[in-house]
Amino acid sequence: MKLSRPGFTVMFATFLSTAFLAVACTPGGADRDAPAPEQKGPVTITFWHPLKDPNEVKAVQGVLDKFHAAHPDITVKPVPAQDADKITQSIRGGNPPDAALSFNANSVGAWCSTGAFQDLGPWIERDKVDLEQIPAAVRAYTEFRGKRCTMPLLADTFALYYNKKLLAQAGYDKPPKTMSELAEMTKRLTKRSADGAIEVAGFVPFLGTYQSVAEHFTPSFGAKWLKPDGTANFAEDAAFSAMLNWQKGLVDWFGADKLTRFQAGLGDEWSAQHAFETGKIAMMVDGEWRTSFIKNNGGKVDYGTAPMPAADDRPDLYGAGAIGGNIIGVPKGAKHAEAGWKLVKFLSTDTAALVSFADALHNVPTTLAALRSPDLKLAKDPLFKPFLDVFAHPASSSLPATADGGAYLNNFGEFADKWQKGKVPDLAAGLKELARQNDSALKLGS
Amino acid sequence: MAVVTTRATHRRAVARSRWRGPKVAPLFFLAPWLAGITLFFAYPLAMTVYLSFTSYTMLDRPEPVGLRNYVYMFTEDPRLWQAVGNTGWFIAVMVPAQVLFALGAALVLTRIKSGAGFFRTVFYLPSLAPPVAATVAFVFLFNPATGPVNQVLAAVGVEGPLWFSDPAWAKPGLVLLALWGSGNLIVILLAALLDVPAELHEAAAIDGASSRQRFVHVTLPSIAPVLLFAVVTGVIGALQYFTQAVVAGSVASGSADITPSAQSPGPPEGSTLTLPYWLFVQGFQRFNMGYACALAVMLFLVSLAFIAVLLRRRSGFAGSAA
Repeated sequence: MKLSRPGFTVMFATFLSTAFLAVACTPGGADRDAPAPEQKGPVTITFWHPLKDPNEVKAVQGVLDKFHAAHPDITVKPVPAQDADKITQSIRGGNPPDAALSFNANSVGAWCSTGAFQDLGPWIERDKVDLEQIPAAVRAYTEFRGKRCTMPLLADTFALYYNKKLLAQAGYDKPPKTMSELAEMTKRLTKRSADGAIEVAGFVPFLGTYQSVAEHFTPSFGAKWLKPDGTANFAEDAAFSAMLNWQKGLVDWFGADKLTRFQAGLGDEWSAQHAFETGKIAMMVDGEWRTSFIKNNGGKVDYGTAPMPAADDRPDLYGAGAIGGNIIGVPKGAKHAEAGWKLVKFLSTDTAALVSFADALHNVPTTLAALRSPDLKLAKDPLFKPFLDVFAHPASSSLPATADGGAYLNNFGEFADKWQKGKVPDLAAGLKELARQNDSALKLGS
Repeated sequence: MAVVTTRATHRRAVARSRWRGPKVAPLFFLAPWLAGITLFFAYPLAMTVYLSFTSYTMLDRPEPVGLRNYVYMFTEDPRLWQAVGNTGWFIAVMVPAQVLFALGAALVLTRIKSGAGFFRTVFYLPSLAPPVAATVAFVFLFNPATGPVNQVLAAVGVEGPLWFSDPAWAKPGLVLLALWGSGNLIVILLAALLDVPAELHEAAAIDGASSRQRFVHVTLPSIAPVLLFAVVTGVIGALQYFTQAVVAGSVASGSADITPSAQSPGPPEGSTLTLPYWLFVQGFQRFNMGYACALAVMLFLVSLAFIAVLLRRRSGFAGSAA
C-alpha cells in the first residue's frame, strides 16, 4: 500500500519532532555546584556501594551506625552491589543516590569533567577539610584537572608476597630488594618438568597473570604515565623501556609459550586454588586483600610480605609501590546533596570510622591520621604492615585519571602484551607510535 | 435518467471513500506500528546518526563536532581495522561453517529411522544453553593446561593448541562453540529437508539421477530459500557478534570481567575484538558515545549493504528452484 503525500508528511514530521524532542531532552551540561543549603530536620538518604559479601555488608552497616550516631538527623539507607556502570546510569537517568562509593577510580576523569559527580571543592572549603591528611598519590586519583569530585575511602596497595618455605629450600632467607635479585631468585626457584613445562614459577613476569600487570611494576622503576598536559609519557620516560626490558628478559628466560600454558592452567584468583596458595608460584605482586583471603579460606601457605623490589639504579624507590582504591562522592541530581556530603566527609576523613572500616575490610585507611592510629589493628599484623608502609611511602604512585576512563592503561597493556610475546621489533619506535595513537584518541573526548 | 443518477451517486460515494480512506483509515490502523517503529527504530536511528556528529559522554550535553568522529575512524583509529578484520573473519568462516554443519547434521537426522526424536533432541539441546554459560564452559573444556580436550589430545600423542589463549586459535575455538550451539538452524533445515516433495526425488531416481545429482538438483533448489534465510540471519548475527567474544576473551585471560584494566579488549592480542565489542568499549568504557554512534552507523550501513546484496541474489536462487 502506498501512503498518500499527507500521510507521509505526518509520518516524517512525527519522526523528526520525536528526534528533536529527544535531542532537547538529553542531559544538561556540567554545572559547578555551590554548596547546598544546610539540611534542616530529619532526612533519609540512599548510599550505593559495590560491596556484597555478607561480612562486607555488615562492615558497611557498622560504619553507617557510627555516622548515624554522629548525625542523628540523617538516616542512611545502604544499597549493596552497585557498580560504576549502575551509578553512571542512575545519574544519566536523573535518579541517583545521595552518595555513591565505587571501586572504579578509572571513572573519576569522566565523572569530574562532565559534572556527573558534584564538585566537592565548595564544601571542602566551607568545612575546612584538610586534604593534606591524604597522601599525594591518593589525592591524585580522586581528582581530575584540579577539580575534586570524589574523596578516597580505603585504598589498595601492592607489595611482594613470598613463600618462605620455597625460598628456604632454594637457600634464601630474605625477599629480593632489587629487580636483578628478583630475576635471579626467580630462576633458582623455578621448577620445570622433563618436557620443560613450568611446574613452579619463582615469579611470573608475564603481564596479565593475576596481579602481574604493568601498573604494579612501574612504581619500582619510577615511571610516570602521563605528562602534566595529560598526554602519554611512554616514549619520553625511559623508566617504561627499562621496565619492559627487565620484564621481557625474564619472560624470554621462561619462554612466552611456556608461560602462556602455565598461566592458562592456574587456579582461580579469588579462590583457595590461587597458585600462590597451592605453592605453584613462589613470589608474586598482589594487593593487601590477599592476606585476608588466605586467612579466610584457611590457606596453609607459610608466607611473608615485603615491598616490591626496586630497579637496580633506583634504590630510593625501595619501599614504594602501586596504590589504587575506592572513591566516594555525591552524584549530580542527588536529592539530599548536603546530607550526602556529610556522609562522604565522615566516611573519608573521620579517623575512628576509617580505622574500623579498614580493620573490617582488610583495606588500607586513606588518611595519615588513621594510618598512624593506635587503634588500627591491621598495623599490628606483621603480614599487613608492609602494605601500610608502602601506602605511606612518598614515592608510591597511583594511576592518574583521564576523561576516557584511563584508556592509556588499556592501550599500554595491549602493547606490552605484544612486546612480551616478541611481536614488537623496535621498542623505542613502538612506544613512540603507541603514545601518538593514545594522544590522537584523546581528542575524541575533548 | 435513473441510471445516470445512480452512477452520479456512485461516483460521489467513490470519491468520498477515496477522500476518507487513504488519508485517515490506513493511518489509524497503522498507528500502533507507526508508533512502534518511530519509538523503537526511527528515533534511535535518528539519534544515533545525530550523536555520531557529536562528542558525547552520556553524562552531559552532546557537543557538535562535525565529521571528526568519522575522520578519526577512517584515518586514525588503531583498533578499528583489527575489529573489522575479526568481524569479517566471522562472516567468512563462521557463517558458512555453521550453515554447512547444520545442513550436514539435518541430512543425517533425516536418515535416522529409529530413535529420531532422541537424536533431534540431542542436537537441539545445546542451543538452549545461555550464551554466557556455554562460553564459560567451553573455555574450561578447552583450557590448554587443564581442559579435557587437550588431555584427550595428549593421550593420543598430540600437543593441543592454546585455544582461547592463542590469537591464532581463539576465533576457531569460537567457531566450534557456534557449531555446538547450531540446534535452531538444524531444526529449521531439518524441517525444510522433510518438506522436499518425495515425488521429485522419485522422478529423478526413475530418470537415473545419482544421489549426489538428486541432492544438487532436487534437494538444494528446494531448500534454497531456507538456506538464504540461514545465511542472512547468520551474517546479521556475525555482524553483531559480541557476547561470546567478550566472555571467551575475558574468562581465558583470567579477568572474568570487561571493566577497564590493563587487559587490552578482545584478548588474546585483540583476536576476539569484534566491531560491536569495540563499539561497546568506546561508548561505555571510554565515554566516547559520539564515536561509538559513528561506529554504529557504519555497522548499520555495512549490514544494510550485506543484506541488500544477499537479497538481490534471492531471485537467482528462486529461478534455479523453479
